[in-house]
Amino acid sequence: MGGHDTGSPYAPHTPADTAAMLDAVGADTQADLFDIPDSVRFDGELGIDARSERAVRAEIGGLLAENGDLTEFLGRGQYDHYVPSLVGHLADRQEFLSSYTQYQPEIAQGFLQALFEFQSMVVELTGLGVANCSLYDAATALGETATLASRVRETSGRQILVPEHLQAGKRGVLDNYADGANLTVESYSMADGAVDVDALDAVADEETVLVYAESPTVRGVIEESLAEIGRVAEDNDAMFCLGSDPVALSVLEVPAEVGVDTVIGDAASLGLGTAYGMGLGMFATREAYLRQVPGRLVGAAEDDAGQRAFTLTLQTREQHIRRERATSNICTNQAWVALRTAIHAACLGPEGLVDLANECITNAARLAAAVDDVRGVAAPVHDRHHFREFLARTDRPARVVVDDLCEEGFAVHAVDDHLLGICVTETNADASEAFVAAMAEVTA
Amino acid sequence: MSDEQPGAEEAGLYDQARWQDGNRYEPLLAEKNSREVDVETPLPDDLTRDSLELPDLSEPELARHYTRLSQMNYGVESGPFPLGSCTMKYNPTFTEDLAARADAAVHPDRPAETIQGTLALYDRLSASLAEIGGMDAVTLQPPAGAAGEYTGVLIATAYHEHSGEERSEIIVPDSAHGTNFASAALAGFDVVELPSGDDGRVDLAALSSAITEETALLMLTNPNTLGLFERDIEEIAAMVHDAGGLLYYDGANLNALLGRARPGDMGFDIMHYNVHKTFATPHGGGGPGAGPVGVVADLEPFLPAPRVRGTDGEFELFDPQHSIGKVHGFRGNWLVLIKAAAYIARLGDEGLTDASAKAVLNANYLAEQTDYEVPFGPFHHEFVASAGDQDAADVAKRMLDYGVHPPTTKWPEIVPEALMTEPTESETKRSLDKLAAAFNAVAGEDEATLGTAPERTTARRIDQVAAARNPRLSWQSLGGE
Repeated sequence: MGGHDTGSPYAPHTPADTAAMLDAVGADTQADLFDIPDSVRFDGELGIDARSERAVRAEIGGLLAENGDLTEFLGRGQYDHYVPSLVGHLADRQEFLSSYTQYQPEIAQGFLQALFEFQSMVVELTGLGVANCSLYDAATALGETATLASRVRETSGRQILVPEHLQAGKRGVLDNYADGANLTVESYSMADGAVDVDALDAVADEETVLVYAESPTVRGVIEESLAEIGRVAEDNDAMFCLGSDPVALSVLEVPAEVGVDTVIGDAASLGLGTAYGMGLGMFATREAYLRQVPGRLVGAAEDDAGQRAFTLTLQTREQHIRRERATSNICTNQAWVALRTAIHAACLGPEGLVDLANECITNAARLAAAVDDVRGVAAPVHDRHHFREFLARTDRPARVVVDDLCEEGFAVHAVDDHLLGICVTETNADASEAFVAAMAEVTA
Repeated sequence: MSDEQPGAEEAGLYDQARWQDGNRYEPLLAEKNSREVDVETPLPDDLTRDSLELPDLSEPELARHYTRLSQMNYGVESGPFPLGSCTMKYNPTFTEDLAARADAAVHPDRPAETIQGTLALYDRLSASLAEIGGMDAVTLQPPAGAAGEYTGVLIATAYHEHSGEERSEIIVPDSAHGTNFASAALAGFDVVELPSGDDGRVDLAALSSAITEETALLMLTNPNTLGLFERDIEEIAAMVHDAGGLLYYDGANLNALLGRARPGDMGFDIMHYNVHKTFATPHGGGGPGAGPVGVVADLEPFLPAPRVRGTDGEFELFDPQHSIGKVHGFRGNWLVLIKAAAYIARLGDEGLTDASAKAVLNANYLAEQTDYEVPFGPFHHEFVASAGDQDAADVAKRMLDYGVHPPTTKWPEIVPEALMTEPTESETKRSLDKLAAAFNAVAGEDEATLGTAPERTTARRIDQVAAARNPRLSWQSLGGE
């Protein structure tokens, strides 16, 4: 690795090469190559010291190690599942990891096929005709759906209806997308943690372009009225968008069969798990809206040898061609996370996915029952079926309970003054007993 | 396949892996083995699906499937990747080890006092980026460059509204990245397109007539997509500011300027950084990237929520006073940001400055060696050559046969049959010589050869028009193939 100029260890020039290259271009120094007026040249120091690879690993690793060693019972949009070792090893192959968007499909068949397979898995899970190869996260997928709904609707309504229980980040992102598209966002009431269909029906009208509901909800409730919600949307000529995730969709009703027009969600629970919020925006919709879909699509094609091949397709929807008339500004998306998700799903197979989903149901029910036995705590708050997570009501203020649990080594959500959000998957289920004991300790 | 390629001796040749099975390359997972299972759950039947059909393969079979797919793909370590405006530099592997740490992957809703390490690193990267860009404050939340642009536009909107003004227009040069136009439109603005001057830069007279009291923002890339530095940048900034507008810096080309010039010093008010370009985080076949946004002090109160601040080594999250709210459900693409932080710490001042110097040297050297005409200059980290009488898209296809990922083609349109070329600092002189030989070999080839290229990649020329006419976007749509 020696021999190169001082400076970037990843700029491999030897001093002799640098001199020869400068000579070839007719410059005396590297600085001469910059056509920057003196008045805006930077002569100062950035103040960043260079370090060896070993020192950077020690330093940043040391910083991250300062994070407390908590057992997380956290969910609300980010979920931890065990990611098989195979996923990382395959996805880290440099031909995948350091490749670019597949603008030259002939040399990028491998990634294109993996993304085509990802799209196909989402099609199977949702029953919808078209899935794209990713958006940033569930929140931006919801925002993109709002603009999609306003584009495809034939009448002029501007209203988006969302459930009152919604992850704050999702609502915040949606509000910004809605502002830009001159849409308004209103929330409708929930009844015992699920959609109050009568309340929804009362607020939906000809102004409504999009009805959004979730199953499971941010409180872990499995929605029981999807078909009825779909009818309300249909009666008002509005799009019905369902928020879900690939594990839940492995067992829940097929969205397309209960009137859902678009499915969004975060698919990173497979392939990535929690990553301080980094996600994978899943997006699927009906074939009728194909030309209005945001983001990249991989399609099957034929090459000159008569072989089946894959390519990015319908690119005239996209910003690099359509510019301000594009369906979205998105270009770089979460392709590599989609690859990881596809590999994880393939590792599980259909039986493994169903088993994992069933664990999410039984673990949540079991833990809720155990938490309910703790004095001063009632769970689940909603008398519904749950997936991964549920709410618990505490006599003591939720914030205090959360802080005290932290001291005991556990993290849960404070959802409201006396409401906790608790999430359990196969990765923390083994700690359930200790968690319940800690709950008993801090709520007594 | 012809074994003779005229420039092969100098440029070298490449045969990409090609697994083949009848009329397809590697069969799809679902074609290898698919299984439909009955779905039985503890839930009432009316809440569940009846069955689920997905690929069902063993771990060894999957390992082989994805290994073969990777062999039929091309990354930066495979060979030169001089894709203009994309900065496909080498991605140091040690940063992956940091991003893969279990303590990097904490849940975003953990109390701040239990993730002090994450917040400290977040704060440190924000500060480094602020220094590099000459900005006063940085948010790491936008998950990609386009999301950064959109964030910047929202900040400008909020700023003007806070000042009691409603401005409806954003000015974008015709040579700008397509995302600039789309991001402005996404936030509800009318886009005013600015024609380039004869020298490929901003035409001050045209800018003067484009600026009105409706101007909210001018979005600029500097150096621009031709690699040219906007020498009049201070005057441009003054014109925009005098009219009450703000100036946005598209960071896609920042790899030209590290340590040598800073957008903040040029008069830019808002900028985004493409960490997957400038700071060597891998592109992942189309993401995840990250698009942090820097602003000057006056705009700090408008940044997305939450922000991180530290006092005496204790870090906390807070919502800025006039925050635009959220542009990502959580905190952005954190694992990508860790890699950028590691890269910046590894290089330091000297390394960052050298990276840009070598990127610019490489572009100049390659341009000097190529037979294609380069009409505009002096350029920096990238140049736009013209394929002349050849079709730039065909040139690109033929370059694949020499083991080179081709330049960005046919854009910007100011150069006929554009070959937008950005070799980055990662290439050695020897590699650039071979790359130039590949350019020159293709420059000497005839239309028939170019029209049937590529020959040596996994797939031969793909009919994209037919694919768009008859979209088949899932294995379910392939029918009985």
